[in-house]
Amino acid sequence: MEDTTPSADERPLVLLGQPLFPEFAAALAGRFRFVLVADADAATLAQGRALLIGLNPVTDDHLAALPALGLVAGISVGVNHVDLAACRRRGIAVTNAGAAFAVDTADYGVGLVVAVLRRLAAAEAHVRAGRWAADGDYPLTTKVSGKRVGIVGLGNIGSRIARRLAAFGCAVSYNSRSPKPSAPYEFVPAVRDLAAGSDVLVLSCALTEETRHVVNGEVMEALGKDGVLVNVGRGGLVDEPELVRCLQEGVIGGAGLDVFESEPDVPPELFSMDNVVLSAHRAVATPESIRGTIELVAANLDAFFAGKPLLSPVEL
Amino acid sequence: MAAPPPADERPLVMLAQALFPEFAAALAGRYRFALLADADAAAADEARALLVGGLPRVTAQHLGVLPALKLVACTSVGVDHVDLDACRSRGLSVTNAGAAFAADSADYAVGLLVAVLRRVAAADVYVRSGRWAADGDYPLTTKVSGKRVGIVGLGNIGSRVARRLAAFGCAVSYHSRSPKPSAPYPFVPALRDLAAGSDVLVLSCALTDETKHMVNRDVMEALGKGGVLVNVGRGGLVDEPELLRCLRQGVIGGAGLDVYENEPAVPPELLAMENVVLSDHRAVLTPESIGGVLEVVIANLDAFFSGRPLVSPMEL
Repeated sequence: MEDTTPSADERPLVLLGQPLFPEFAAALAGRFRFVLVADADAATLAQGRALLIGLNPVTDDHLAALPALGLVAGISVGVNHVDLAACRRRGIAVTNAGAAFAVDTADYGVGLVVAVLRRLAAAEAHVRAGRWAADGDYPLTTKVSGKRVGIVGLGNIGSRIARRLAAFGCAVSYNSRSPKPSAPYEFVPAVRDLAAGSDVLVLSCALTEETRHVVNGEVMEALGKDGVLVNVGRGGLVDEPELVRCLQEGVIGGAGLDVFESEPDVPPELFSMDNVVLSAHRAVATPESIRGTIELVAANLDAFFAGKPLLSPVEL
Repeated sequence: MAAPPPADERPLVMLAQALFPEFAAALAGRYRFALLADADAAAADEARALLVGGLPRVTAQHLGVLPALKLVACTSVGVDHVDLDACRSRGLSVTNAGAAFAADSADYAVGLLVAVLRRVAAADVYVRSGRWAADGDYPLTTKVSGKRVGIVGLGNIGSRVARRLAAFGCAVSYHSRSPKPSAPYPFVPALRDLAAGSDVLVLSCALTDETKHMVNRDVMEALGKGGVLVNVGRGGLVDEPELLRCLRQGVIGGAGLDVYENEPAVPPELLAMENVVLSDHRAVLTPESIGGVLEVVIANLDAFFSGRPLVSPMEL
């Protein structure tokens, strides 16, 4: 990026909900004047028009303390930690990470689908423990190509997962709040029906009041004993105790999980399961994505201060 | 397929080694089997077809005891375990598994690629050992989409790998014995140049005298310190001791390996490396593929015994 650092006192003021991640601080410090809300004096709080947040919750009380606020700029895709209703009421715009993470999340989601169906992690453990020479081959695992895949949420992430799995010869259908006429896949109005007609159910939608625990016991029974659940959305989309029970009892056949209800706590029952692949909420975690997000955040802030349209506004 | 002939009219098929139980069960009604090691002189003189299940060595000596032999039918894709020179000089036909394994191998190669670049298996171990809660996030790993992928061997498997990775937004080029005019990817005449221009090198070609140890130090240095090698071909395509040195010294960045020079022996050094994903020669092992191979084998044997063209003959 060219050096357009304005002189110190011309930099727009941006309040911070929490300290910046180091990569963000390094990239953005010259372009904006950052002040942590917790450290700001009354005058600064009264002036602040933009708030850059992290992953900590943002409540109506936080917003009430910033009378001039017009923008809450997020660095993540999910904004379920922000009181969106309060933002709407107060006329505050919210931006998220847009499509900056979409590709990496989609890559990782597909990686989890293959890893669960083909038991990549378990087979690796088999080899590393010296069991190939001692015990012979790891058992057969089921083919990925041609599986019926149901995607919940066909946005930036879900549509990219669909495209990748279609190239594997998978038959893709989807559920979302409303059909996407331009999508070449079948829309299924009820998640339970999507599960019933799928071998793999992939979750890539936002966590809202409507979608909380969308995957419950009934949906998992519809998915069935050979069915696999892959979640790269939010832990709260799944009834986690019910998921553990369904895995233990063979109600579903396996799961690939990047997210959990109370991270970093992971139900310990999952640790001994061969048909589960676990990951530490890292679907997005590549340097490339982080650079992309930094650029998008900066672009949103620039647009806001210049009175131009925001690049990745969240519909409130 | 036609109904099996009555018992004494079944054609005789010599076996190089005992069949997997699924094969034996599926084929028993159609053919009469004799095991090469145990066969009496009459059977050896009669046998026109040799079925090679698995990967046992089939030498000129083995072939020499079967004077009536005309067909060697293999259940694998790679036939480097068969003395093809001896087959050629005796005018034998050789069939392999054709495209029956292609989709599964391609799926697995892509799964390995994502697993290496995004450390899927290592992160799974990280979570299972409780390190997420104790030590925090697993480190960043590099993006898959958009990587430059060089495929060695653009046959049934390589072309399917290419199609899948193209859907990930990877830029695909390839090297093979000769260019494939119908392929939409750039052909690179020298393997070293393909490696130099790639972030990931995927091996999906046959092991022959020409391709043995084709991935040597020179090629790995060209691939470079961020580069990743994925091998779903044959262990012999890679100079294995050199591979270990290159991984140890950081000459290349990582590897996903389904095959090794002396299976089931896996060099113990690999077991300690986090930037390597290991598997026990199982890229093809799904029930669906095995069913597919059975169909190809039956089709080839039926065609042979009724004087019709073979379904998956190899060019010798």
